[in-house]
Amino acid sequence: MLESILITIATAATPLLIAAIGELVVERSGVLNLGVEGMMVMGAVTGFGVTVTTGSPWLGVLAAVLVGAAFSLLFGFLTLTLVTNQVATGLALTLLGLGVSGMIGEAFIGMPGIKLGSIAIPILSDLPYVGRFLFRQDPLFYVSILLVAGVAWFLFYTRAGLTLRSVGDNHDSAHALGISVIAVRYGAVAFGGACAGLAGAYLSLVYTPQWIENMTAGRGWIALALVVFASWRPWRVLAGAYLFGAVSIGQLHAQAIGVSVPSQFLSALPYLATIAVLVLISRNRRLTMVNTPACLGRPFVPAR
Amino acid sequence: MRLELVKRPQHSALFSAVSPFIALALTMIAGAIMFSLLGKNPLDALYYYFIDPLRETWSLHELAVKAAPLILIAVGLSVCFLSNNWNIGAEGQFIAGAIAGGILPVVFPHVQNVMVLPLMLVMGIAGGAAYAAVPALLKARFNTNEILTSLMLVYVAQLFLDWLVRGPWRDPGGMNFPETRDFHPYAVLPELMPSAGRANWGIVFALVAALILWFVLRRTLKGFEIRVLGQSPRAGRFAGFSASRMVMVSFLISGGLAGLAGISEVAGTIGQLQPSISPGYGFTAIIVAFLGRLNPLGIVAAGFVLALSYLGGEAAQISIGLSDKAARAFQGMLLFFVLGCDTLIHYRIRLAHSAPSKRTDVPQPSEPAEVA
Repeated sequence: MLESILITIATAATPLLIAAIGELVVERSGVLNLGVEGMMVMGAVTGFGVTVTTGSPWLGVLAAVLVGAAFSLLFGFLTLTLVTNQVATGLALTLLGLGVSGMIGEAFIGMPGIKLGSIAIPILSDLPYVGRFLFRQDPLFYVSILLVAGVAWFLFYTRAGLTLRSVGDNHDSAHALGISVIAVRYGAVAFGGACAGLAGAYLSLVYTPQWIENMTAGRGWIALALVVFASWRPWRVLAGAYLFGAVSIGQLHAQAIGVSVPSQFLSALPYLATIAVLVLISRNRRLTMVNTPACLGRPFVPAR
Repeated sequence: MRLELVKRPQHSALFSAVSPFIALALTMIAGAIMFSLLGKNPLDALYYYFIDPLRETWSLHELAVKAAPLILIAVGLSVCFLSNNWNIGAEGQFIAGAIAGGILPVVFPHVQNVMVLPLMLVMGIAGGAAYAAVPALLKARFNTNEILTSLMLVYVAQLFLDWLVRGPWRDPGGMNFPETRDFHPYAVLPELMPSAGRANWGIVFALVAALILWFVLRRTLKGFEIRVLGQSPRAGRFAGFSASRMVMVSFLISGGLAGLAGISEVAGTIGQLQPSISPGYGFTAIIVAFLGRLNPLGIVAAGFVLALSYLGGEAAQISIGLSDKAARAFQGMLLFFVLGCDTLIHYRIRLAHSAPSKRTDVPQPSEPAEVA
C-alpha cells in the first residue's frame, strides 16, 4: 500500500522535477525563462503525436526533447540576441506554446496513446518495501534522478559549471574574463528547453498516455516555483518535487475516498501549497539573497 | 556573420511609432505561412481573419464586445508593467470580479431596483481589487514573487467559480446544468443600441478608463512616479517614492479594472455565471498591453486588433474550417514579434562579420530588471 502510494507520488513528481532541474540551470546562468509551461506543453503534444504516428514512444521522447530545445531557442534569440524583457518574452513563449500545441493537438484528441513501459532492474527490484519504487519504474524516472545528480555535479564540481554560475552571478566580470556570456546562456536556455520538453513528454506518455489540451495544467509554473523553493540548489529541487507530488497525489486520494470537501477545493491545494511555500521561503531574506543568481533576469549587452 | 546591437544615443521616436505596425505585418506573414502549412489558402485565411468581421454592423458590435474586457484589463496591466510589477493573474481577478458582482443577482434575486446594477459594478471592482491585493501584499510584505503567486491564484479562482456554479449557486430550475440563474433585468448591463447589435456599456467603461489612465500617466505626478519606479527603482527611492506602496497601488488598479471587466462580461454579454466565463481575456490582455506599447490610448487600438483576432478565428472556422485554436497561436506569435520589434527602439541592429568591431563608446547595460 505504502509502496504503491510512493510510486504514484513519483509519477506526479517526476515531470515537475525534470522541468525544474532544467530551469534551475537556466536561472543559474542568469536567465529567467517563464516559458516553461509553454515548452512543456509543446513537448507533451510532440511526444504524443510522434509516438502515435510512429508507434515508438522513444522516438516521441526524442522529438519532445528536440522541440522543447528548439522552442526555447526562440526565447533565447529574443532575450539574448535582441535583449528583450525576459519576463514578457517568457510569457509570450507560454502563450505561444499553449496556442500552437492546441492547434497541433486537435488531431490527437481522444486517440489512445502508448505508454512508455517500466524497466525493472534485476535483483534490486525484488528488494522488499523499496524495490518496486526505486528499481521498477518508467525509464524517465531514472533519467530524472540522473539529471539531478548530473546537474549537481556539473554546477559545483566542474569548471564549466563554475563558468555558468559566474555568468549568472556577474556577467560583466565573466565577460571581462573572456567568457562568452551570450553563448553560455544560449546553452543553458537550450538545456532548460530540452528538459521542459522531456517533462511534457512524461505527461503525455507516462502520467496520462493521451493528449488533452492544456494538459500541463500549470505544472510549468509550479516547476518555476520549485526552483525558488529550492533556492537554486539541485538536491533541494528533488525534495521539493516529491513534496509537491505528495500534495497532488494526496488530494487525488482524498477525492477518491470521498472526503466531504468539494473536489474543486482539493484540486486547488497544489496551487495554494505553491503560494504558501513561496511565502515561507521568501520571508527568509538572507536565504534568498545569498542563493539568488545576482544577474537573474538582467539583460546583457556585451561592451565592445 | 552575426547580429550585433548598437545602442542608440537616444530612443528612436520613429521606431516607437512604427514598431507595433512592423510587428503586425510580420505576424501576418508568419500567419500566412502557418495557414499554408495547414493546407489553407493564406490570402483567404487572412481575409476571413482581418477583413470579414469588419463588414457588417452587427459584427462591429461583436468586436466592441470582445474589445471591452481586453482594453479594461490591459490599461490596468499597463500601470503594473510600467512600474515593473508583474501581475499576470488578471484572468483570476476577472473571475473574482464576476463572482463578487454576481452575489446580488444570484443570492438575492428578489432585490430588484435601479441600485442593483451600480452596486454590482462596485462589488465587481472591489472583488477584483481584493483578489489582486493578495499577491501585492505578499510581495510588499514578504518579497514573494508576484508573477508566480498571481498566476497560481488564476487556477484557484477558476476552481472556485466551478464549485459555485455546480454547487451552492446552481440554478434550482436549471435542469442540473452547471450555471446560475439568469440575471434579472435590473442586473443586466444595457446594450448601447439593441436594434443594431450586442455592444454594451462595457466598451464605454473601457474607453473612459483608458482616457483617465492616459491622463494620470502622462500628466500627473502619480504617473511620473509610476514610470520612475519602473525604470529605475533606485532613482525612485531618492525621489522619495515608495516601491512597496507602488506594488499595492498598481495591483489594486489593475485588479479593480479586471474585476470591472469580469462583472461587465457576465452582467452584459453572458447574463449569468457559468464554469467558464472568459476565453483567456486576462492572458490575451498582456499581449494587448505590449502591442499598445503600455500607452492607454495605444492599448485601445491594440484591444480592437486582438478582438479582431478572436472574431476572425470564429469566422475562419465557420467559412474555411480553420481550427479556432489557430487564433491563440496567432496571438502568441504577435507578442513575440512585438517584443522583438521593440528592440529597434533602443538599438540599431547590424550584421557584423565574425571579428567584433572596435568601438570606443561603451553601451550602458539597461537598468536592472528587479524580477526575481
